[in-house]
Amino acid sequence: MNFSFIQKIRGESGLILVSPPFFYALLLLAFPLMGVFALSFWTQDYLELNRDFTLDNYREAWTGAIYQALMLRSLKISILVTLLTVVLAFPVAYYISFHVSPKKKPLWIFLITIPFWTSYLIRIFLWKVILGFNGVINGSLIGIGLIDEPLKFLLFNQGAIVVTLSHAWIPFAILPIYVALEKIDRSLLEASEDLGDGPVRRFMRVTLPLAMPGIIAATLIVFIPTIGDYVTPKLVGGPNGLLIANMIEVQFKKANNAPLGAALALSAMFVVSTIAMVFLWFNRKYLKQGQ
Amino acid sequence: MAKAKQSRYLVVYIGIFLVFLYAPALLLPIFSFNDSTIVAFPLSGFTFAWFIEVFKTEPLLTAALNSLLVAVITSVFATIFGIFAARASTRYQFPGKRGIMGLIMVPMVLPEIIIGVSLLVIILQLGFNLSLTTIILGHILLCLPFCTAILSAGFQGLDKSFEEASQDLGRSRLETFWYITLPLVMPAIISSLLISFTISLDEFIIAFFLSGTEATLPVYIWGQLRFPTRIPIILALGTVLLLVSLTLLIIAEYFRRIGARKTGTEVKGGLF
Repeated sequence: MNFSFIQKIRGESGLILVSPPFFYALLLLAFPLMGVFALSFWTQDYLELNRDFTLDNYREAWTGAIYQALMLRSLKISILVTLLTVVLAFPVAYYISFHVSPKKKPLWIFLITIPFWTSYLIRIFLWKVILGFNGVINGSLIGIGLIDEPLKFLLFNQGAIVVTLSHAWIPFAILPIYVALEKIDRSLLEASEDLGDGPVRRFMRVTLPLAMPGIIAATLIVFIPTIGDYVTPKLVGGPNGLLIANMIEVQFKKANNAPLGAALALSAMFVVSTIAMVFLWFNRKYLKQGQ
Repeated sequence: MAKAKQSRYLVVYIGIFLVFLYAPALLLPIFSFNDSTIVAFPLSGFTFAWFIEVFKTEPLLTAALNSLLVAVITSVFATIFGIFAARASTRYQFPGKRGIMGLIMVPMVLPEIIIGVSLLVIILQLGFNLSLTTIILGHILLCLPFCTAILSAGFQGLDKSFEEASQDLGRSRLETFWYITLPLVMPAIISSLLISFTISLDEFIIAFFLSGTEATLPVYIWGQLRFPTRIPIILALGTVLLLVSLTLLIIAEYFRRIGARKTGTEVKGGLF
């Protein structure tokens, strides 16, 4: 009796305490998202908004050839970026967790993040310098006599977007995988070895399954925000490298068709969340293990 | 034998990876000291001119001041809100806790373009003008989950018995919070301030959607990237920014370690 009374008071003070940030998020996130949702069912009449309910924006977003093409291209690039980032990140996380002495681990993690503490825009621009016609790679290859003319396929295509975005997101993939690897009880590895597993079998049967929660987190952390990037495609993507986020930006700014932009943004979010959910569902057994 | 060979492959890979990782960051200072407007090898000479130009370009300095103002206000508010959220989530059980904390943390996984677009829609619908204030509103939202995560770790590491002792000795709850809890989590508060400051300073996507006539530094940089002759100045600016954020991060890490020692927890990898 007395106990539940105390709990009630505690519950109330918890609610009072959490209310400033909660109302902030409600007012500036939940409420605006509902606004975007409503907007996506309206139409733009030049400067005025026509508030009659319509599904036309979604019809256009899902059947228009250009929007379909951009959405598919964005998805393809996001998936490629995620795959490349996670594959590149795993050995690094593994190295830091298993081969670096415990005292030096924080230093290594710091080392991984240093390149990312300058302007995001400038970093992407520097990839343009590296991959460009007169860029660092072409210059070096000509310099050592491997090629006579600059390679043109390096910049202004989807491959350039994938490389640049992978670079931008790699620390966000290394960190969760590293955390998962750190949690692995080292005696399990010894046990598997004692029971006759070679290094490859031990890795496949013990290390990899136990690292899965980190790999899953890394995948989602990279995949979800990548779909919203419009800076990288614009700087290194060239004419055939524009993505759905660029179209969303155009609709909200230059084209002045915010309702279509809203429908496109929500459709993209829907597609990405659905893929994320399916991905989580397929990997559910690994996540249960973790708890 | 096989094991040694394997780890040698791994070390080779790590070497190549570090080159890939550091390529842009190493080119940045190289080209910002290069005496040419063309950003390409071979280098033509050493100069400080671009750095001097950075400090002489009026709109750049204005944008930098705007960014500083936005980042300071953002970090203060995001940290204050973060203290509320972290304290509530680590100390109290309350109805709807998962949903409420989920809403606060969601901007961490939401594409920034969605945050930018939704705030833009609502601000224009309500008839407000875009300004630095609207950027600050967006940045607080974006930084809040990061602050909450850092501060929750700080509050979690706190030994409850300190607070209980203070209350047993007659301090009120508010006094206890002010004299005991806050000083103990001060290092987490400082990390939270610095991290949100750094995030806000570099944030472009939300700022681009929500900026009116006054640009922040990333919005200014975005405009300048179109003009080839302006590039070296921007690269010099990038070098300055790299040094500034590195300094801030090292300070943040220093305070985090002090905090970990104070609360008696082990000093681990933590933020980086």
